[in-house]
Amino acid sequence: MVPITSLPGPRPGLGAGSAGLRAPELSEPALSVEGLTVRLPGREVLRDVSFSVAPGELTGLIGSNGAGKTTLLRAVLGLQGLAAGRVAAKRPIGYVPQKVLLDPDLPVRARDLVGLGLEGTRLGLPWPSRARRARVDELLGSVEASSLAEARVGTLSGGEQQKILIAHALARRPKLLLLDEPLANLDLKATQEVVALLSRIAKTHGVAVLLSTHDINPLLAVMDRVVYLAGGRAASGTTDEVVQTDVLSALYGHHVCVVRLHGRVLVSTTDEHGEQGCDVAADAWEGAGPTTVRAVVPAPGDEGSSS
Amino acid sequence: MFSGFMVNTWLGGSVMAAVAGLVGFFVVLRGSTFAAHAIPQGAFAGAAGAALIGVNTLVGTGTFALLGVAAIALWSRHGRNDVVTALVLVSLLGVGSLFLSLSTEYAQQAFSLLFGSPLAVSSSELVPTAALGAFCVALLAALYRPLLLGSVAPELAITGPVPPARAELGFLLAVGVATTLALPVVGALLVFSLMIGPPAAARQLAGRPSLAMGLSAALALVTAWVAIAASYETNWPVGFFVGTFSAVWYVAGRAWAAWSRRARASVGPRARQKLALGRAS
Amino acid sequence: MNWYHALLAPGLFANPSVQEAAVVGALVAAVCGPVGMFTVMRSQSFAGHALADIASTGGSGALLLGLSPLLGFVVFGVTASGTMEMVGTHRRQGRDLVTGIVLGASLGLSALFLYLTATSQTTTGAAVTILFGSIFAVTSSTVWFAVGVGGAALVLLGLLYRPLLVSSVNPELAAAQGIPVRLVGLAHMVALALAVALSALTIGAILSTALLIGPAAAALYLTRSPGRAMVMASGVSLVVTWIGVALAYDSYDWLPSHQGWPVSFFVVLLVLATYALARVAVWRRVGPRRRKAVPAGAGWRGER
Repeated sequence: MVPITSLPGPRPGLGAGSAGLRAPELSEPALSVEGLTVRLPGREVLRDVSFSVAPGELTGLIGSNGAGKTTLLRAVLGLQGLAAGRVAAKRPIGYVPQKVLLDPDLPVRARDLVGLGLEGTRLGLPWPSRARRARVDELLGSVEASSLAEARVGTLSGGEQQKILIAHALARRPKLLLLDEPLANLDLKATQEVVALLSRIAKTHGVAVLLSTHDINPLLAVMDRVVYLAGGRAASGTTDEVVQTDVLSALYGHHVCVVRLHGRVLVSTTDEHGEQGCDVAADAWEGAGPTTVRAVVPAPGDEGSSS
Repeated sequence: MFSGFMVNTWLGGSVMAAVAGLVGFFVVLRGSTFAAHAIPQGAFAGAAGAALIGVNTLVGTGTFALLGVAAIALWSRHGRNDVVTALVLVSLLGVGSLFLSLSTEYAQQAFSLLFGSPLAVSSSELVPTAALGAFCVALLAALYRPLLLGSVAPELAITGPVPPARAELGFLLAVGVATTLALPVVGALLVFSLMIGPPAAARQLAGRPSLAMGLSAALALVTAWVAIAASYETNWPVGFFVGTFSAVWYVAGRAWAAWSRRARASVGPRARQKLALGRAS
Repeated sequence: MNWYHALLAPGLFANPSVQEAAVVGALVAAVCGPVGMFTVMRSQSFAGHALADIASTGGSGALLLGLSPLLGFVVFGVTASGTMEMVGTHRRQGRDLVTGIVLGASLGLSALFLYLTATSQTTTGAAVTILFGSIFAVTSSTVWFAVGVGGAALVLLGLLYRPLLVSSVNPELAAAQGIPVRLVGLAHMVALALAVALSALTIGAILSTALLIGPAAAALYLTRSPGRAMVMASGVSLVVTWIGVALAYDSYDWLPSHQGWPVSFFVVLLVLATYALARVAVWRRVGPRRRKAVPAGAGWRGER
């Protein structure tokens, strides 16, 4: 199947029939998760989650706060014990944790941090080496951060720190790149830059990129697949397969509305409106006009699927 | 044990223990253990200075405690004050080492000042002790809500009526005053132990802040009474008993927390299941 | 009389105890730079200070049992550091609390040991010596022991340099790279305990904390790469120690009573001044909040 990522926004023409089209002819997945169940003390965070990510694909892990995104990423990294299921990930894995706020007093330049991504696990002192220096320069260049090389990482802005952390994660040439909420706290411009960067990394380096976010919209144009988490369960597939009123309603366990407009998606999880409510929501949104539309995050607390 | 001069110790010791327990609640809540340790140890240097120029020890320790408080509060940067605390502490001790090297008679009382003595409170000191204790309690009462808010949600406290920096200064001042009270009985090196052991346990045992504060003061009182009595009987330093007791409180608090967590976890799923069944039917 | 006698008292460089103090000071400075940088980066100043006092407890305990105080210093320090790291939580507040509890119990024991050791006159002396220490009290046998302990701390840090640096920058990042963060933290605490035992033993608890924290904190303000920071911290430690020793030697002539002023007083004063200058320098360069990025290329280049 030809990648359809160049199309802007959702692809209305594709129905459920496209399911299963992309599996066999692509190389084996960089990450495959089967029947993953994770229990933290007192509650089940993930239940029977299955999906896979192929090399060169950018996959969005979408879900509200507390849906289990970070837990899922930690399970993939092997930092989280599994109650059931199987996670097979190609290593090395690059990882950018959530909300890293580096201390401005750290005597660590962007260059040093990327270098530590390269060989941070090695024992002994690092001796100066031309090869490493070149590789660090190359990595910084690949995230368009060459000019930041000599600055202390803690003093950089959020978007700049994000780029450096991506370069750090890329240093060991990962097959799989995991990013936890990389777009949180970024403004629109920085968000676009980081999304474009990640998309390019996936395509040019053939890396499987899995990033979590609570807002699906910045990713619509570049996302190959989506894994939608709600109440510990997941639905996965292309955006058009998953982000549908019936699919998400089944996932949430109650009726939700998916409204598409002006190349953006609104998922409204309020339980108040019935079947007709979606049109009301769409109308209200239409009335508001595209410029004032904000991406709507699923309502907090996905009570629908407990038990 | 309860006759004559020991009455002063019992009275003064009770006041200082209650105050230490109350101040300690905030020490533990705010994670200011290092400051609570540095201020008394720095104040010890003041005692050396007092001995050198021949004034009352209480004046010397009080002055140095205040110096330490002011320096830590002024130099601290948001979120990272451990470096400043360490440097203020060593500066005070550095000056203290100079005092010590210049004075010759001081060494006699150094041991009891460092590690405490059950005979440290004279009747003339009872009134100042009570007054300072009352001041300390009043200060904590006035700052109760800003301190609580600042400890739980620092971002919210910024918009409050008392700026966090000023609340911190008031809090450290309370630590300084409590230090001055407790130092002669418990010893400069062990005052902070009385300020962290009881509240650390109280925090695990009581959920509400007011209850935890009261419990902390009560545990501190028990600690001080037992330590004074034991020291009187054995002649061992008061500080030894205070330090040991604080560790016991802490371990007991942790054990209680672990036990109640396990009890909750083992009961939890069944209770939840019942709840779910009830909802389904 | 040579020209420098106007500045320094005669006989400074010929005096054997000054020579020994200079050698030990250099050793302590070399160890304190790297260990101190990680300690400040990880906000473990309290542990660094506490371990000095705790090591002294080991010293007094060994005194009671008739063993070598050196052994007591190291064994007690390493045991306590392990306890702190194993019991401690990830949050700084919980960690400091555990440090405080261990320190309190240890100081209490120290009080008991000193009380039981001998008559009040000598215990008083011992207590004060342990607290304040003196660089001039170093003996030749101590020097070799100190070299061993300091060397062990440096080797440990050198071996774990990169994993430790990553986990000091961000523990999550390190864990994702497959670094055993707790184990690395434990190793750092052991290195810290060794370094502190070394310096508490040779130069006293006050100076131990001062040299561990002050120069490293100043270097963190002034440099941008970890390697530079370590070297600079060691350099500052060395310079202030040597100046302090020279001034203390000189101070015999300052008062008519010919009482020497303690080395710790001068060194602490110099450390404080260095730290203050570093803060002022940074404040002048980038303003009080230091939130903005420093322009690229304005700082150190070429290293690594």
